[in-house]
Amino acid sequence: MKKGLVILLVFFAALVIYPFIFKNPFPRHLLIMIMLYGTMGIGWNIIGGYAGQVSFGNAAFFGVGAYTTAILLSKYGINPWIGMLLGCFFSSLVAVIVGYPCFRLRGHYFAIATIAVGEIVQILFTNWEYAGAAVGIYIPILEESFFNFQFHTTKLPYYYIVLAMLAFALLVCYAVEKSRLGYYFRAIKDDPEGARSLGINIQNYKLVAFILSAILTSVCGTFYAMYVLYIHPANTIDLWLSIHLCIIALIGGLGKIFGPVIGAFIFIPLTEFTRVYLGSEGQGIDLIIYALIIILLATLRPQGLWGIFAKSSS
Amino acid sequence: MNEILVIDNVTKRFGGLIANSNISFAVERGKIIGLIGPNGAGKTTLFNCISCYYSADGGKILYEGKDITRETPDGICRMGIGQTFQIVRIFREMTVLENIMIGAFLRNPGRKKAEEKASEVAALFGFSEKLDLKASSLTISEQKRLEVARAMATGPKVLLLDEMMAGLNIHEIREAIDLVLKLRESGITLILVEHVMEGVMPIADKVVVLDDGEKIAEGTPDEVVYNDRVIQAYFGDKYHAKRRKNTA
Repeated sequence: MKKGLVILLVFFAALVIYPFIFKNPFPRHLLIMIMLYGTMGIGWNIIGGYAGQVSFGNAAFFGVGAYTTAILLSKYGINPWIGMLLGCFFSSLVAVIVGYPCFRLRGHYFAIATIAVGEIVQILFTNWEYAGAAVGIYIPILEESFFNFQFHTTKLPYYYIVLAMLAFALLVCYAVEKSRLGYYFRAIKDDPEGARSLGINIQNYKLVAFILSAILTSVCGTFYAMYVLYIHPANTIDLWLSIHLCIIALIGGLGKIFGPVIGAFIFIPLTEFTRVYLGSEGQGIDLIIYALIIILLATLRPQGLWGIFAKSSS
Repeated sequence: MNEILVIDNVTKRFGGLIANSNISFAVERGKIIGLIGPNGAGKTTLFNCISCYYSADGGKILYEGKDITRETPDGICRMGIGQTFQIVRIFREMTVLENIMIGAFLRNPGRKKAEEKASEVAALFGFSEKLDLKASSLTISEQKRLEVARAMATGPKVLLLDEMMAGLNIHEIREAIDLVLKLRESGITLILVEHVMEGVMPIADKVVVLDDGEKIAEGTPDEVVYNDRVIQAYFGDKYHAKRRKNTA
């Protein structure tokens, strides 16, 4: 346990120092994306890994977070930090509306339903004139400040904001794992009927997991909107995004706090480097490599990459 | 009030099939009730009605005077009715201690408290040496015991045990009987659905016999064994006729 804490501190110290060693925009951007996906991966892991409800609709929460912030800021000039909080609220609302009927479905059927939900949300935004429809929304350029959540001369503040988000997500996940919630989530995943017989209202606990997942993903949506400053349905509410989150959690280790972070550290560089070096012709190569990794993992180490780290550190 | 559970005219249909027809009996506090009958008699259906996995089509089930017919399985657990399953439903990926903790969390929301409570229960059920083993690595009889331990950790007043002795060898049945008796001593009311007669007959205070969806007998084990309809149900008409000829 002590050893794990030391490794964690070293890891975070390395992340804090990193931008002082790598001063170019690309390496910083790379780490920003890794941490962003790591945060979302942790969010996915709570519903998919701990509670065992595989969701292919988490991109909807990312989109709701991004759009809430973007619409409020561009139409009403409302501060993006408030947008972030309201994004969490609306995402939670979506989680409840979607989760309530869908959690009656078991196993694969829930997963299929979430694909539909993700697609519906994307189509809604693609056709919603008020939200910019297919063209999307440009976020008005404001003066560079932490208050405005915009920085134009350097990526450094974005870097530290997303680092804080990652730390927050890990903390939330840790708190969940060590509390009754985490135990109940795992029980529901392991045997829902058994869990019910022990007084667990599985419907409600799945909803709690989904809401936590939605909030962590929504926060990332807000960050992304403010980082890229232009959002449209295809870059925010995409089925691929949901699938990526699932892969990240899967490869790192389902139901392990640190799993998605490891997953993101492998997945994102692969994606970014194939994009940079191969351009659009290389599209999908990252997924081919990823498929190979998953096949290897499934046969050699079913508990995910985390299993390797856990073994070597214990 | 001495009757903790009252089954009042319960009927359950599946399409055209009547699995339980107007079944009534009362369960007294602190007693062991055996629910027996040949295959297809409707024992498990009735059990599932009591544990609220099914809701009865007709009649009522009262627990401490409250109507629980339309409750949910988790709801009645919170009210104080624990249960186990015919086919074990332990949390296979979790350790023995974690399994019991899931039960203990119901009345002890904090992790420390739940862990303490779970360790206590584990000791009572002889799991102290196996707390950190994965539940799936236990033997079948241990898994069944773990299920009982887990249910007991929720602090029930009534415990429903579904075919607890099925698939156990003679030695293990002996252990299971001791366990049930120990539970009754601690003041728990038990309802046993059993196929294994030698498991339930020596310990039940009352036996309810079902056949073809109907209650055909109710009484102490001794009364029930010599009941004509029970013999007929278990051994068929031929044996029944032979026995009558012999006694005549």
